Amino acid sequence: MQLKLTVNGVTRSDEVEPRLLLVHYLREVCGLRAANVGCDTTSCGACTVLLNGESVKSCTVLAVQAGGQAVTTAEGLVSATGEMHPVQRAFREQHGLQCGFCTPGMVMATTSLLAENPHPTEQEVREGLEGNFCRCTGYHNIVRAVLAAAEAAGTEAEEVSA
Amino acid sequence: MIPAPFEYETAESAAHALSLLATHGEDAKLLAGGHSLLPMMKLRLAMPTVLIDIARVSELSGIRAEGAELVIGATTRHADIASSDLVTSEVPLLAYAASQVGDPQIRHRGTIGGSLAHADPAADLPMTLVALGGSIEITGPSGTRTVPAGEFFTGFFESVLEPGELLSAVRVPRGGTVPWGYQKFVRRANDWAIVGVAAYDGRVALASMGSTPIRARGVEDALRSGASPEQAASHAAEGTSAGSDFHADKEYREHLARVLTRRALEGRVG
Amino acid sequence: MSILGTRVLRTEDPGFLTTGAVYTEDVQDERLAGACHVHFVRSTVAHARINGIDVSAARDADGVVAVYTGTDLAAAGLEPLPPMMPNMNQAMVMPLLATDVVRFVGEPVAAVVTEEPYQGEDAIELVDVDYEPLPAVVDPVAAKEGQTGLLFPAAGTNVVVKFGDEAALDAALFEGCEVVVSKTIVNQRVAPAPMESRAAAAVWGEDGRLIAWIPNQGAQGTKAAIAGMLGLEPDRVRVITPDVGGAFGAKFGADPEQAVVCWIAGQLKRPARWTETRNENLLAMTHGRAQQQTVTIGGSKDGTITAYRLEILQDSGAYPKAGAFLPMLTRLMAPGPYAIPRAEAATISVVTNTTPVGAYRGAGRPEAAAAIDRAVDLFAAEAGVDPAEVRRKNLLPKFTEPHQTAFGAVYDSGDYVAALDAALEAADYEGLRAEQRKRRESGDTLQLGIGLSSYVEITGPGGEAGGPNENSTVEVHPDGTATILTGTSPHGQGHSTVWAMLASEELGIPIEKITVKWGDTDLVPRGGGTGGSRSLQLGGAAVRQASRELLDVARERAAATLEASAADLVYDIDASAFTVKGDPDANVPLAKLAEAERLFVHTVFTAPGPTFPFGTHVAVVEVDTETGKVFLRRMVTVDDAGTVINPLLAEGQRHGGIAQGAAQAFLEEIVYDTDGNPLTATFADYPFLSATEVPSFELVDSQTPTSYNPLGAKGIGEAGTIGATPAVQNAVIDAVSHLGVRHIDMPTSPQRVWRAISESRDA
Repeated sequence: MQLKLTVNGVTRSDEVEPRLLLVHYLREVCGLRAANVGCDTTSCGACTVLLNGESVKSCTVLAVQAGGQAVTTAEGLVSATGEMHPVQRAFREQHGLQCGFCTPGMVMATTSLLAENPHPTEQEVREGLEGNFCRCTGYHNIVRAVLAAAEAAGTEAEEVSA
Repeated sequence: MIPAPFEYETAESAAHALSLLATHGEDAKLLAGGHSLLPMMKLRLAMPTVLIDIARVSELSGIRAEGAELVIGATTRHADIASSDLVTSEVPLLAYAASQVGDPQIRHRGTIGGSLAHADPAADLPMTLVALGGSIEITGPSGTRTVPAGEFFTGFFESVLEPGELLSAVRVPRGGTVPWGYQKFVRRANDWAIVGVAAYDGRVALASMGSTPIRARGVEDALRSGASPEQAASHAAEGTSAGSDFHADKEYREHLARVLTRRALEGRVG
Repeated sequence: MSILGTRVLRTEDPGFLTTGAVYTEDVQDERLAGACHVHFVRSTVAHARINGIDVSAARDADGVVAVYTGTDLAAAGLEPLPPMMPNMNQAMVMPLLATDVVRFVGEPVAAVVTEEPYQGEDAIELVDVDYEPLPAVVDPVAAKEGQTGLLFPAAGTNVVVKFGDEAALDAALFEGCEVVVSKTIVNQRVAPAPMESRAAAAVWGEDGRLIAWIPNQGAQGTKAAIAGMLGLEPDRVRVITPDVGGAFGAKFGADPEQAVVCWIAGQLKRPARWTETRNENLLAMTHGRAQQQTVTIGGSKDGTITAYRLEILQDSGAYPKAGAFLPMLTRLMAPGPYAIPRAEAATISVVTNTTPVGAYRGAGRPEAAAAIDRAVDLFAAEAGVDPAEVRRKNLLPKFTEPHQTAFGAVYDSGDYVAALDAALEAADYEGLRAEQRKRRESGDTLQLGIGLSSYVEITGPGGEAGGPNENSTVEVHPDGTATILTGTSPHGQGHSTVWAMLASEELGIPIEKITVKWGDTDLVPRGGGTGGSRSLQLGGAAVRQASRELLDVARERAAATLEASAADLVYDIDASAFTVKGDPDANVPLAKLAEAERLFVHTVFTAPGPTFPFGTHVAVVEVDTETGKVFLRRMVTVDDAGTVINPLLAEGQRHGGIAQGAAQAFLEEIVYDTDGNPLTATFADYPFLSATEVPSFELVDSQTPTSYNPLGAKGIGEAGTIGATPAVQNAVIDAVSHLGVRHIDMPTSPQRVWRAISESRDA
């Protein structure tokens, strides 16, 4: 069936089967392979993208459910001039990634988390990321990355209003 | 990992959804957030041949006050219930329970109607609705009926919903100052409750202590006779039929039911 | 200004963060165009005879290109694999696809090949396997005794291999000990569960060579494994290693499925691809640990330990793999960092109808540390001496010259008491004990537990011919960039960054201009891969050595170019140029020396032996005594692995290791029912650690260099895992020891803790 939606700001129209998972649509049809499939029980969050600005696990969304809506992936956070999004930058600066498999999902979950809660405590960060598994980092630097991104955004907001 | 093939229809209205259900019969399932149904379909534990997407039916979503109740449309997402000022102030137990379902991504998709229709006795919202004494509106070919939450769930993943019917709304009593408590015991953050307790206004409902949410009548009777939370909670396991698995056997679950009921009656969340 | 020891951000990251790393499933290569997709049919019973496999319905399904079973492989001459080590029972052979018997739930039985991936998921359901169930042997004790059945009748036993001699154990070992404690404890089976599961993509070229993209920990070993499984001459196989999403010991070599995918590509003369699901991963990727341990420890009432015995029953799973061998390392490291006058160990590895067991972060050494540190706490409790005091009393005193243990391990350098003291101080041990006393007096529901572990572990143990070694090639290009080839195989450790730092330190070339390559066996034919925490001390040392040797070669060229003698030349690192002493205008950039002739050096660095990082972990937990639930509040660790080249990355390795080690202690477990059916084969069921279960970690810096390589570095990758597990387990037990609890098996799930409390109360 016909699917029309916006991916990273680009309108697309594709012919898909109803059972095509959004994560596979993004990876195989759109060629956006940052989102990964890490499990089969909606547990690990490696597939997390934004749907209308909110984090969702794209392995548990049918592509057709996203029709007429806007999807953002990690690739879409990069600016037009090729600069990393502040959240991506914070992950790098805090060494919040090692093998990188969970990372795009973590970044998207973080972006959504900070949009809803711009000044989270450490506990709120950990709870906010309970749907994103990481095997490499022990979460320590991921939490630091989120807090650093929050602080940077706060400082930036201050600078803008100052 | 991926569902068996199916056809996909989009409903424009509740009436349209009902007519699609009637057309396609028992092999059709309604789809809102899909976060109870799609995981089952991906494991091929459910294999409907038609999915009817009701996520865009505006009459099925939204939160409004109606007299002494809040009326919540079936396709209202957990995240929206949890962050709703109206729910937080009028039915804080429900707002809290909704905030505990799964994780943030799941809450951005899952809906109250989907969760209740799924009728998992281990889930957050079924036991919460039972404790609240809420009711569930079901719309079918012959009109709308309202079923008290305590009568809605009939077994593991079973409810009074007939094929061809649609869970359209949920009604919960307003009461911002009514004492409540909530306990969800897990080994790990994202898990379903090993034992769950929702307490509201002298009513106590348990999750994972039977094939449906269980009213802890022994606790409630004791409370009415003036028992303290601890004394009342000692009756928590009465009338339950907890299962055993490697996380928790029956004896341990019954113990947890007593401990967590006491904590819920003390107004604690955890 | 030296770049070494500084917190250099990773060069890998921009790509990883924006477009994502390129894992095997992501690889887009024209050679793989038109690939077909492989899905496996797997056994749903733990032990059964296969009476028939009906593939007719599957063959007719939409998009199915072919269906293969073990019969097809046998007809093609593919033989089952004997166990990897000659001292293992050689009758315990593993077919690539099961033929007449299945031995674990998840064992691959058939391969279905389709045009599109989704069609494969449909088609595997149509394969009908006729299983005749056999008794499942799940309990390793029952397996050892052999009464409930043999997995390999031809083997005549379920015993794979033994290390040490149980008959030689000294019955009088504990004579004269005032205090003796003995306990059988469990080091439970866990799943490595890297976020990237297993995968493969394969194509045969017109030249008759196989190219296989496989996530692995050492392409050279993977190539040998594939060649071995397919009966090929090794030079007909090329393995390319894409980015790897974690491995933790479970991606060494190659698995049968990967060989089958390669074989299918040859059969169909078409590229073939496979990615497993998480369920398959939890069923059929090797599991970790799975030891039953009987520890006996004795000494005097003042807390001095005089004797220790460790007896291990290793569950190898259905087919002997690395797991069957790891008790050898456990035995080697049995006494840990303690000076125990009389110590002995014996191990037996058996097969059971469960997933095969392989290496998992620490691979045999966490098991040793968990055993000795549990034993030390049992002894301390029995003797009535504080566990920190017992450790201080019994740790080997500081040594800078190699120290050989009774088990034959030669510890290179160590200061175990300093590590203990540093950890205790950072944790404020006295303050914690005071808080614990206060809560015990008040009878708080939430009790505090403090657990210790002092560990030493073996890294870079080799097995390479000629001693632990690694090779590297460093080349400087005329445009001023450089390329490093390494035999290591990173999967998150950051070798691209650190190897570049090491070369930059010698050559002055900025790290942004240095590219590190690995994992393509045509490009890097030899290498030991990454595992056993070997990479920096061997691979990094090789990079440094190659860089230095390159400067020697370059110096000769510079001398010729500048018409000076080599001895009069100075290498100006900041300019990356040779100059004549006293004549700065006479200079030649390093890059220029690569113009006429390639400028590169290939070298092999060999170490005298493995190195022994060490440390102490202090875990602080709270236990809800009404429910048994454990909350991990603090992990304070000293992990001394010698010189730290990049503290940012070293800390990351420690964090990840600590988390995995802690997770084993209180959370994770693979569970089977008595029929061998797995109960934890999804991420919803397997209690995989999430961010809410662990705190931020408190790392103490400690660097006791080794003399075994010029960097002074030991291996950091597994140390955190090794110390964390016993520290957390000990902490949980400590939290409720005042209620009479002396031991709780791992994982200290709420139910286990509550039961222990209840039983102590009843006693």
